[in-house]
Amino acid sequence: MSEGPLLTVEDLRVAYRGRSGPVPALRGVSFIVGRERVGIVGESGSGKSTIGLTILRLLPQSALVSAKRLCLLDTDLMAASERAMRSIRGRRISMVLQDPKYSLNPVITVGRQIAESYKVHSGASTREARRRALEMLEAVRIRDPERVFDLYPHEVSGGMGQRVMIAMMLIPEPELLIADEPTSALDVTVQAQLLVLIDELIRRRRMGLILISHNINLVASFCDRVVVLYAGRIMESLKASELALARHPYTQGLLACRPLIDRAQPELPQLTRDPSWLDAPDESRRGTGA
Amino acid sequence: MIEVHEATVAYGDGSGRIEAVRSVSFNAAAGEIFGLVGESGCGKSTLLRAVAGLAPLAKGHIVLAGREVGISRTRQERRLVQMVFQDPYGSLNPTHTVDKILSEPLAIQGLDAIDRRVIQAFQEVGLGGQHRYRYPHQLSGGQRQRVAIARALITEPRILLLDEPTSALDLSVQAEILNLLKRIGRAHGLTMLMVSHDLAVIAHMCTRIAVMYQGEIVEMLEVQRLRRGEADHPYTRMLLDASLEKTRQGERDTEGTSSPSLTR
Repeated sequence: MSEGPLLTVEDLRVAYRGRSGPVPALRGVSFIVGRERVGIVGESGSGKSTIGLTILRLLPQSALVSAKRLCLLDTDLMAASERAMRSIRGRRISMVLQDPKYSLNPVITVGRQIAESYKVHSGASTREARRRALEMLEAVRIRDPERVFDLYPHEVSGGMGQRVMIAMMLIPEPELLIADEPTSALDVTVQAQLLVLIDELIRRRRMGLILISHNINLVASFCDRVVVLYAGRIMESLKASELALARHPYTQGLLACRPLIDRAQPELPQLTRDPSWLDAPDESRRGTGA
Repeated sequence: MIEVHEATVAYGDGSGRIEAVRSVSFNAAAGEIFGLVGESGCGKSTLLRAVAGLAPLAKGHIVLAGREVGISRTRQERRLVQMVFQDPYGSLNPTHTVDKILSEPLAIQGLDAIDRRVIQAFQEVGLGGQHRYRYPHQLSGGQRQRVAIARALITEPRILLLDEPTSALDLSVQAEILNLLKRIGRAHGLTMLMVSHDLAVIAHMCTRIAVMYQGEIVEMLEVQRLRRGEADHPYTRMLLDASLEKTRQGERDTEGTSSPSLTR
């Protein structure tokens, strides 16, 4: 990376207020993202989605957030005003969530939603926005953009809905895309197509990508680097190509627990989780230097 | 144990009539785990519902344990077949405690020693006694799916129908639930019919597999053949490619070919 990181996260801590004191969700997480694809993996409750929400400052008011640094290029995301954040969300950092059924507005046609996303951030005319939205639908490989433009979200399939979401998120040309389990609600065959699409679009635009998923194999086959999260702490951070060399038992456990097509196993290896991992020295610091 | 002959399930009528399952036949022997695999909308869940007696057949017939069954079943016939659904968040009544969820099928079937059976079911699925009087929202996804499995087992069925039992769970929890299902199947000599869109899960669990596409079984094969990558039908091949973690490469390969899912 010659131009320095796009996103810098240093010692990020988040806790949610609970009945008996704060419940930690992130316990000092540090990583950087350049114009590359970084995967964040972990099980449910490991805090991976909290990372995405924190970067966009979308956590509820009750959440307690602290960080040494949380910067998008030169912009300090911790210090930015709510007004400044509104121009960052969507315009500079955007987010694709798991289920398009819930993230699209059910009473507005998909085309208008994409056009609106462009209009809000560029101030273009309705006509121009429509033209750009049609182009974008084509870019996400929707065969008949004119027809799909006028469909409502319930009239499109899950895969198509997710393409629409991607179109909507990329049309303002953000620098960073956060994809939180973007394909988990979809079939295997559609998953692959969609990941290839995201890959192509972000490469062409020289964007950074954070892919959040519980599926380590999927993340590994798709990203440049992988950050492994357990209970709000980074266990290991390594190049995707070197995942087979993972040393941490948690990473190894995540890798092993998936059934394989080409090999019969009487029992699947089950993951063991050890809370003492949380006391180990911060692996992530070392990882970010790589 | 399960025989399905030329089964057709149709929804709607007149011009709106759709055959979700068309002339499907297969057999599963006692103690076998038989897999149904295919993408969303291919009719695999509908077929499972037909076997469970939840969807009427337009044509064909279904024989379970040597007796032909229809949509209206006797209490005995219902007890024979139990089902585990995909979403453990949607399939457990949120206003009932786990204890009630497990006791109710026993009361319906008129079985005795309810307390003993509930405790036994708990042990079998690896839940601690402390979970017995909790509500579903107080349990994790994996724990809920264990409750759903306990509920299915508690009436001592001979056939277990599994509709994507792990696709709402993390991979690490999926491993635990799949191990549990295998163990239980062996212990009780259960015949299982398992639906999934994940070929790796099906290959791990099943001995034989039927691949469904647009309401029909396009290929039936032994798991050993699948493991060796010897699928005949182009659709099965495409599923295989997509599942072999060749996410990027595999996709580029399949894109040029006229695989069925890309010609819709």
